[in-house]
This record gives sequence, structure tokens and C-alpha cells, in this order.
Amino acid sequence: MNRLIIRGGRLFDPSTGTDGIHNLYVMGGRIASFKPADRDTTEINPGPGVEVIDARGLLVTPGLIDVHTHLREPGFEYKETIRTGTLSAAAGGFTSILCMANTAPVNDNESVTRYILEKAKEEGAVNVFPVGALSVGQKGERLADMRELKRAGCVAVSDDGMPVVNGGLMRKALEYSSVCGMPVISHSEDTALSGSGVMNEGAVSTRLGLKGIPNAAEESMIARDISLAELTGGRLHIAHVSARGSVELIRMARGKGLKVTAEAAPHHLTLTDEAVGRYNTNAKMNPPLRTVADVEALRAGLRDGAIDCAATDHAPQSIIEKDVEFERAANGIVGLETAFSLVYGLVADGLLPLNAAISALTINPARAMGLDRGTLKVGSVADIAIIDVNRDWTVDPLKLKSKSKNTPFTGMTLKGVIVKTIVGGRTVFSAD
Amino acid sequence: MRFKSKDLLGIEDLDSQDIELVLSTAGSLREVSEREIKKVPTLRGRTIINLFYEPSTRTRTSFEIAAKRMSADAVNISVSASSAVKGETIKDTAKNLEAMKPDCIVVRHSASGVPHMLADYLKCSVVNAGDGAHEHPSQALLDMFTVKEKKGTIKGLKLAIIGDIGHSRVARSNIYGFTKLGAEVVVAGPPTMMPPGIERLGCRATFSMEDAIADADVIMMLRIQLERQKESFFPTIREYSMLYGLDEAKLKMAKKDVLILHPGPLNRGVEISPAVADGPYSMILDQVTNGVAVRMAIFYLLLGAAKE
Amino acid sequence: MKSRLVMDEKGIERATARIAHEILERNRGTEGLVILGIPTRGYGIALRLQSIIEVIEGVRLPAGAVDATLYRDDLGIKKEQPFLKKMEIPIAIDGKTIVLVDDVLFTGRTIRAAMNALMDFGRPRSIQLAVLVDRGHRELPIKPDYVGKNIPTSLKEGVKVRLQEIDGSSEVSVIEKE
Repeated sequence: MNRLIIRGGRLFDPSTGTDGIHNLYVMGGRIASFKPADRDTTEINPGPGVEVIDARGLLVTPGLIDVHTHLREPGFEYKETIRTGTLSAAAGGFTSILCMANTAPVNDNESVTRYILEKAKEEGAVNVFPVGALSVGQKGERLADMRELKRAGCVAVSDDGMPVVNGGLMRKALEYSSVCGMPVISHSEDTALSGSGVMNEGAVSTRLGLKGIPNAAEESMIARDISLAELTGGRLHIAHVSARGSVELIRMARGKGLKVTAEAAPHHLTLTDEAVGRYNTNAKMNPPLRTVADVEALRAGLRDGAIDCAATDHAPQSIIEKDVEFERAANGIVGLETAFSLVYGLVADGLLPLNAAISALTINPARAMGLDRGTLKVGSVADIAIIDVNRDWTVDPLKLKSKSKNTPFTGMTLKGVIVKTIVGGRTVFSAD
Repeated sequence: MRFKSKDLLGIEDLDSQDIELVLSTAGSLREVSEREIKKVPTLRGRTIINLFYEPSTRTRTSFEIAAKRMSADAVNISVSASSAVKGETIKDTAKNLEAMKPDCIVVRHSASGVPHMLADYLKCSVVNAGDGAHEHPSQALLDMFTVKEKKGTIKGLKLAIIGDIGHSRVARSNIYGFTKLGAEVVVAGPPTMMPPGIERLGCRATFSMEDAIADADVIMMLRIQLERQKESFFPTIREYSMLYGLDEAKLKMAKKDVLILHPGPLNRGVEISPAVADGPYSMILDQVTNGVAVRMAIFYLLLGAAKE
Repeated sequence: MKSRLVMDEKGIERATARIAHEILERNRGTEGLVILGIPTRGYGIALRLQSIIEVIEGVRLPAGAVDATLYRDDLGIKKEQPFLKKMEIPIAIDGKTIVLVDDVLFTGRTIRAAMNALMDFGRPRSIQLAVLVDRGHRELPIKPDYVGKNIPTSLKEGVKVRLQEIDGSSEVSVIEKE
């Protein structure tokens, strides 16, 4: 049986409360044991079938989990494929990703789900968990066959990208989610309020002469979704929270004990609408970058647990979508390869405890989506990230593994380099 | 003297010296349009492309005449933004135009920021002839020129801008320009058309037209797009006109020697009454005349010296 | 920077007075004359000539300014374009005798530009050229009709004219450039 030994790293696993210099033993793709390095007297005989990784000075965590990516396949392979998207994930330390249903065709039936899973099995570098569409064709009219999707391998449903405007439909989806055991991921946006807005509504949009999207477009819909979660008892996960009022609403809902989880994207945790600068379409996404007050509220939410997940909303777009008029440019940025460093940057700046940061990237998303991942407890699948948090790197879009290069972080120096990504005991990414 | 930038993208980027330079240069050039032979050889051999993605006979003609009076060759390209080739990126557009070796591209587009994107890709000069709801620098410069000519100075004046501030590039450029030259600017319009944080541009904002025009030296009326009523920015045109239209009764609240500006085209009887539009305080036709001189000055300052 | 005084206020006054007399003599009076100076100091001298002639003849000739900047042949070569000055043509110049006035005549290129500018305003009967200083080094076939003073110079030198009404004091000096 293949063995992998990761020696001398700082093992950091919120799920087991582990933090210390440990040797980690992997056997047959699962965690066999871990022991404090100074008391570990195991004799290691390197040989065939035994790989030893020297992790001294490095952070060893459960493989990161991203509950919000767009792999674009099938349908938009010129932006990203399952192959390139999972390579990008691996380069970002992610071992499991959830891919959204807004492909062409939409992932609203088992044949699309199966296609994605088979393709991921053949070509994927990391674990891919499909998110099924909430409504047929993401049209917001009829519920998709959630049980069929679940059976085929979907782990959640969402019309992400297409807000569910119809409250009645959202109610039914939440009711059904209880039966299926799948959370509903809500892209909460009142499209009548966001209108033709293309960035945050505020002083910057006024200065640039761009139509704005008010915080209320998100907050009011989250309020509705929370009400419906309370009404139905369904499992609600709020995607990409961007506004300060939203954090408040989610905090209250969780305080009441509702089954509500929520994610914030690294870009919303680090950038404001000023990043739009001179019409930089790589700073255009939905929900938009907000203000300092919103960024601070999101960070506070991540600290106190109101926001429990950090998720990338990795949304590859080609230059055909991005090198156009700002108002016509497509939303979204690639995020998998910058996510860890951006979240860790908050830790390095003393704004976020390491435990909250790693939890938000490992065990919390696993729990939110009911995945048996995000932990290094003995017996679990050996999905591991090894990270050098003391090393800096500079974002060069051309060096990203993603097929698309739409990042607003070009040229920025970030903290934390992914050294190795291990999926099921097998190394899928190694830094040069 | 030349601009610090190769482009004229917005008044926000200019300082008061740049603005004064354009105004004084325009002052010298205005005489050319009064001559029998309305042409000087200054920009012989220069090519200027007027790239208009949005119909605008007035602005395009003004730029075209300005170019021709300076002896530059002006070529007009009209593209309807909706029919713009899909799949062609801004960079493609820029590189295609550049291949024709123009010295300057004057661009008008319904989307904010397009001139800026073009300028980043192009070696030649780019002049913003109006981008979305962002800026319309040549309009603001001609407005400042017109006011300075009549009042001698802009410093210390009170300018009231009335109407649809949110959708107005003319308002934004003028707020920057007039405040940079030391005027007090007050904007007024319905709350639905007042964008958040407009004060950060340097003006005061009010919903009361009366408050804005009280003791104003200059009143700038913005054109109201009648289709905004369908989008419920105001309930009826009649109501808008009563609250934010300029008529002789409201005019009495301003200074005795007030100047009335309007970027045109007018909605007579909506934002401005015919009597006021044609009255003694109206500078509307002076603005048009001065527009040519100001645009000649812009071309002189951008194209009059050796290329970099 | 070395500077050598070649004319003082008195010298300038004498030279302009003589030019005024020569203009009147050559044109047999003031009939049809228009005096146009090239800004800034050529225009200053033009106004001086206008006053002197008014004293002598009791006639105030129309005087104005011709800014030649827009007609310069070096605009596309210079790194910075010059400030534009005023063009002030006081009357229709068709059939008039124009006395074009500049402070220093050097290569002749400014005069060429000014003559082209004038032609755009009409068809004068003739153009005569008056300069306070002729420093030589002509590059175009241009010859002044009235000269205050011939000052041979080298190309390393510059000639600086100051006028009381513009600069606060009057003098002509030759400056050696580095």
C-alpha cells in the first residue's frame, strides 16, 4: 500500500483542534495517523511506495474546499474546462470544488451531472462536486428534479447567476431541500433594484458615470430568503455576501438557530469599488465590490462566524467578454489561485485569526455542503494542502493555471505560496 | 505649451492651469471663424477621426468644423453601438483605427469609459466627445469659455446646474471645471435623478431648484430625456416642468445679469420656457459658436507640436 | 551669460522716429497706410510708430497685431507649441499698404508666416517691413524696408529687445548663449 509521510510541518486542522508540529502519515489515500514530531519515534524507511515530504517551516492543512466555482464546461470551454479549472484549483490549494450549474446545457438533469462527473474523473485534478440547477434551465419557473440531481451526484442546488426572483419558487426549493438533503445556494439579488447597474452604487459609480447596484438589492433578497428558510426549515446557503446589511441579517438568522450558512469571496473581503479605477472590467463582478464599511463588516462576519465560508466565485471570462465597454463586460473574476493568499493576508495583517481563516476554507464549507471532507482526522480522505505562509508572490495573470486571466489582482504581491496540493494521498500540484 | 497628457478624457484630470490654457487659446482662435477665409494652415497633414457611436449632429459637426478650420483632415465614422460588431474587442477597434494612422480620435460613446480604454491602447491622441454619463470635457470647456467671456472671470460666481444630474456627463464635467476655477456650484434635480455622493465632485446638491438658482450668476439647464418618464424618474412631464423647468418667474430669483446655458438640443416648454430660451440672458447660441473655437484650441494643444 | 548693450531708450526712440519719417517719406504721407506689429514687442513698436506719425502728421493710422503663430513652419517640429497671441486686424486690408513691424529680423521665417497670415485677411496693395534690429542670418529671401539698426551677430548670440511699456525699461542687448 502506498504511503505518504509529511514530516515536520505545522499541522493546522480546525476540525480536530490540531495545531502543532506534527508528522502526518497517509496510507492508501487516507489519513493513517499524525504524531507530534518531537515525540515521534517512528522509523521511516524510504523505499518504493513511500514518499516523504519535508514540510518543516510549512503549514499543513486539510485540502481547501471551494463551494463556489464556475468550471464553464460544458458549453464555454473557451473560458475554462474541467481540466484547466481543476488545475487552477489545485494550484490554489483546493482539493474539492463545487461547480455551478450555469453551463450550456444547464446542469438541471442527471445527464449533465454525469457528464461533469465523468469528465472530472478522467481529467480533473481535484474532487469536483456539481451543483444542480434549482429550476429547469435556470429559468426561475419550475423546480428542477432535485432528487434526480442528488442521485446523479449533485451536492446542492442553485440558480447562481440567475437570482430566483420568484419567492414562491424559492420557498418550494427550500421545502424540497429538506427531503433531498441538499442545501439551496442562493444568489440573493432583487433584479428590479439592481436594474442595469454595473458596479456598487455610491460615490465611485457617480464619479465614473456608471449605473449602480445598491446594497439593498442584495440585503432585501437575503431578508426574504432567511424568512423562507425560517418558514420552511430548509437548508439555505447564501452565496457571495457583499453588503454590510447582509452580514447583519445572516448573523441574526444564525443567532436564531436557522439552518443558514453564508460565504464571502476573497475579493469582497479585500477590495472596494475604488478598484474599478479607470473602468477596469476585471474589477467587475456581481455582486459588485462595495465600500470600506462593507469590507469591514464582511471581515467582522468572518471573525465572529456569521459568515462561515470563504468561497471564490471563480468565474473565468475571456477577453471577448472583458475587453469591451465596462457596462457590456461580463461579470466575474478568476479566484482559485489567489483565494488562499487573500484570506491569509487578513491573518497576516492581524484582522482574522488563523483558525477562522482555515475553518472558512476547509471544515466549514464541508459542513455547509454536507461533504465528508475538510478534515485531517484519522480515517478521512487524505486531501491536504501544504503552504509556505512566509513566502510572497506577485500575481501575473499569464502564469495562472486557469484558462482565463481576468483577475483584478495583477501585479499585487500576496502572502502565502501553495507548495503542494494532495488529493486522496496523491500530489496533484507542486510549486516549482 | 502643451497638455501633460496626450489625450483629453475628462475635466477631472485637468488642473486650473490646463483649463485656463484652453480658454486663452480658444480666445485667440475664435477670430478665425469671423474671417472671410475661415481657415489657418496650422494642422495641415494631420488626420482626425470623429468616431461617433452615438448620434450627435451638433457635437460631431462642431468637432469637424474645428478640425477643418485648423486645416486638419477630418473623417467621420458613425457606428451604432447596438450594431457594433460582436466579438470585436475594444483593442481590436483601437488597433484597426490606428492602422489608418490618425493623429487624433474624437470619440463619443453611450458607455462610460470607452475613450479611456481606447486611449490606453492608442498612441495617437484621444478626445472624449462624451462618454455615457461620465464626462463631456469639450462641452464644459465651451461653457466655461462662454461664462468667462461674459463675466470676465469664473472665480466667485455661483453656478446652478438643474435637471437630470445622474445621467448627465455635462453636469459632471462642469462641476469639475467650474469648481477648479473657483466658482461655487450647486446642482438641483429630483431625488430620483440625484446620484449618491455627487457632493464629492465638489458641488452642493439640493432638490430645490429655487434654492439652487437663488442669486445664481449662471444657470445651466440640462436636457431632460423624455423617455425617463417611462422609467418613472418623474411622474409627469408637466410636474417636472413645474418643479425643475426654468421660466421667467423663476428667473427673477437669480442675479439680474444671470447667464442661461443649455447644452442643447432644447426641449422647449419642458426644462426651459421659450421666452427664457430666446431671452436676453440666453447664451445658447454663443455656446455653439464658442464650441468651435474651444475645439480648435483642443486640437491645437494636442496636435500643434511635434509628436512624442 | 554675457550681455552687451547695443541700444538704450534714447537710441530706440531715435531709431523709431527715423523709421516713422522714412515711412512717411517713402509713402508720401499717410494715405492707405496700416501699421501691423507682430506680438509681443513688434506690436509695441508698431504702437510707438503710430504715435510718432500722429505727432508728425496729425493722423492716427490704424494699427493692429498679426500673430503669425498659426502659420509657423516649425510647429510640427517644436516640442511645445507656442502660446497663441491676439490677431487684431483693425480694418479691411484690401488695397492698403501694410507696414509690418517686428523687433528683430533674423531668419525671416516669422515674417513669411506673418505675410501668409495677412493674405488670409485680404489682398493688400503692398507690404513693407520695418524692424528695430536686423541681426542678419536670413534663411528666406526677405529684406526689410526700414531698419532701426543693423547689428551683426553670430549664431551663438541672441538679441533681446525690451520696451518700457511691456518690460518696464527699454534697451536692446546682445546676449551670448552658452
